[in-house]
Amino acid sequence: MKALVKGMQANIPLAISAMAYGGVFGVLSANHGVSWAEMLAMDLLMFAGSAQLVMIEMWSSPIPVFAVGLAVLIINIRYLLIGASLQPVFDGRPLWKKVLCMHLVADENWAVTIAAHRDGGASPAFLVGGGLLLVTAWTAATLSGNLLGGLVMEPRRWGLDFAFIAIFAALTLSLWQGRDDFLPWLVAAGLAVAGERLLPGKLYIALGGVGGALTAVILEMVKVRKHVAIDDKGCNGMIQSGVEEN
Amino acid sequence: MNDLFQLGAVPAILLASGLTYGLRLGGLLLADRLPRSGPARRFLDYLPGTILLSLTVPGALHAGVEGMIGLGTCLLVFMRTRSMLLTMAAGMAGVCLLRLFD
Repeated sequence: MKALVKGMQANIPLAISAMAYGGVFGVLSANHGVSWAEMLAMDLLMFAGSAQLVMIEMWSSPIPVFAVGLAVLIINIRYLLIGASLQPVFDGRPLWKKVLCMHLVADENWAVTIAAHRDGGASPAFLVGGGLLLVTAWTAATLSGNLLGGLVMEPRRWGLDFAFIAIFAALTLSLWQGRDDFLPWLVAAGLAVAGERLLPGKLYIALGGVGGALTAVILEMVKVRKHVAIDDKGCNGMIQSGVEEN
Repeated sequence: MNDLFQLGAVPAILLASGLTYGLRLGGLLLADRLPRSGPARRFLDYLPGTILLSLTVPGALHAGVEGMIGLGTCLLVFMRTRSMLLTMAAGMAGVCLLRLFD
């Protein structure tokens, strides 16, 4: 219970940001002919902001179901990686817990949980606490935007678009562990920037994530091989000198 | 019911929701099957940082030079205070000031 509340508290700044966006998004959705019930169903069942945005852009009559599915798959493929990266947080927990908790994973509470985990452990409850706060904030904001329309403030004017980037940058910084991270991070950033220009949807996030992490793996392999090579030389040298002594 | 959900809305929402949930849970269950050491572990260890960077850097670049200065300030505030609320407040205040002078 304590961890649940802690997770909520840790996500308050991001929930504020999500609410501002949710409000605008709600207004947009009404303009695209999305009813409040459809909005509510998306908020609760899907709970994925950027994919929802693309969905309402595709909202026409009749709705192209498979095209919508494909678009959502492309945008949300990053959740496969995000889910995988939560493995240490769920390590040793029963399957039912994973099945129940994973629905409430958004970019925001995932990032906060991962940062907290590196700082000394965050539990699934911490993750879910953040998720509950975010889904409440998101649903309330999108619904009021959808129903009330123009009453919502502009997030850009208040710098809320930037606040979101600032928080994510700060969370990224808190994950920095040392010089070994430099090259993988550089590759990730480069691939993400290039991918954003060239690839559809949010594929650039998966590209940068996979590319950067693979770089770390390759670097480690090169390092190990070098060590092995040096050790081999060392051993040969010792054997040779041993032979000479004999 | 017809007013609330137009034609195709229910299957579209259910399909999108199922796919999204499947990706979230699928990633976790796949990672459970990976070995706990070696290259696979290292890959998973690096994923959070590289995903977060990929989420952040393109957006930050779109914010322009002022954005970069603002971002630098936010990161300083974060390193000093370790408080997300203060970091967010600094970011908002900085951008509001900059946009006032636009």
